[in-house]
Amino acid sequence: MDDMVASNEACSAHLLTFADGSRRQVYVTGVETPYPRGKLIVSRTDTRGIITQCNPSFVDMSGYPAAELIGQPHCILRHPDMPAAAFRDLWDTVQSGRQWNGYVKNLRKDGGHYWVYATVVPNVRDGMIVGYTSVRREPSRDKVAAAEALYREMR
Amino acid sequence: MAFNFTVSPSFPNERISDWYIFNTWMQRSLDLPIHLELHNDFGAQRQAIAAGKVDMIYANPFDASLLVREQGFRAIARPEGKPDEMVIVVAADSPTQAVPDLLAGSRIACADDPCVNTIGRILLEPANLDGNNTTELRRETYIQVAKALLRGDADLGFMPVEAFENLSSLVRRDLRVLVASQIQVIHHAFLIGPILFEHATAITGLLLSMHQSDKGQAMLTALGAQRWQALEQEDVEFMIDIISTLTT
Ligand SMILES: Cc1cc2nc3c(=O)[nH]c(=O)nc-3n(C[C@H](O)[C@H](O)[C@H](O)COP(=O)(O)O)c2cc1C
Repeated sequence: MDDMVASNEACSAHLLTFADGSRRQVYVTGVETPYPRGKLIVSRTDTRGIITQCNPSFVDMSGYPAAELIGQPHCILRHPDMPAAAFRDLWDTVQSGRQWNGYVKNLRKDGGHYWVYATVVPNVRDGMIVGYTSVRREPSRDKVAAAEALYREMR
Repeated sequence: MAFNFTVSPSFPNERISDWYIFNTWMQRSLDLPIHLELHNDFGAQRQAIAAGKVDMIYANPFDASLLVREQGFRAIARPEGKPDEMVIVVAADSPTQAVPDLLAGSRIACADDPCVNTIGRILLEPANLDGNNTTELRRETYIQVAKALLRGDADLGFMPVEAFENLSSLVRRDLRVLVASQIQVIHHAFLIGPILFEHATAITGLLLSMHQSDKGQAMLTALGAQRWQALEQEDVEFMIDIISTLTT
């Protein structure tokens, strides 16, 4: 994945290390984009977590054009405030065929972020997992505050 | 013996006769005996499904997923156009301006459509409201849901968008939409059970070409649709995967 380009706004630089050992330079501004009311943010990946499909809300919130998302690993949205353990749990859960839920802080292309309550399910066809679907909805601010505190401790 | 056809009970009462007309036309065109049984509520419909008394159904997205995953049904078509969406409404003079303003103890007026109610519940999550800190007032019709709001018996109501739009302009003037769902990807579907698979091609062909005759077009208009659109198995599986994230 390409490194991010620093935005004009005040931002801080972080070097992310992913589960596979690869690295990405990202910039965060701390600016939150509010969740779009009434909408669901939907994406699908193949079994390796490469984005194969997404809905317009997903594209809008990410700040990337759709063409820059399809074919990319889902960790293109990984925010440095998210603990690696949360995603390890996500992958362990869905690879064993179960549904995962959690609060996630996602990174936008412009260095801003947005909070979601995410559910990820395996796509089972003829008894085989052929990919994963994630559906996100609007979290309550209390739950976001609790997740923020928890993730700060986990990092 | 006739095959049993039913329709999810979320359509307006005025359309009952139109569904009978549709069924008569379908029987004649397919040269198959088909009996239309309309259930009064979702409970009665679910019982009929469980008892194996449904072979063919025009179902809401939640029932469609249940039938495909648990009863081996096949979805063959969907109405083209608008997906299924719902609204949360309040009285026009309610102090509530947005969902997060809603308080514990809120009274919810709704009907018995599990699809509408499930999505309504999801849209209340940003206010930390759930079954433990709200009360539900079940009403028979969406007009009664509107009345409960106007009388102050309830603080908010759940309705399908279509039901809200069908309220008289006088009633609508005294209500306000707090939030409208924009799920975009879930919709009603026409499904057949395994017993009808040998007729799948004929049934699908009939539905997909329905808009091409004047008579078919008129029946579709009466049922609130323009035409049927083919459904690929993967479209249905995708919809079911999404619904599974909303229901468990
Ligand atoms: C269907 C699906 C959706 C995902 N959505 C997100 C997401 O929105 N944000 C995110 O940071 N990671 C998401 N992930 C997890 C990423 O694949 C990845 O595990 C995570 O960003 C951390 O990167 P790493 O595992 O490479 O260290 C998703 C995974 C799947 C299977």
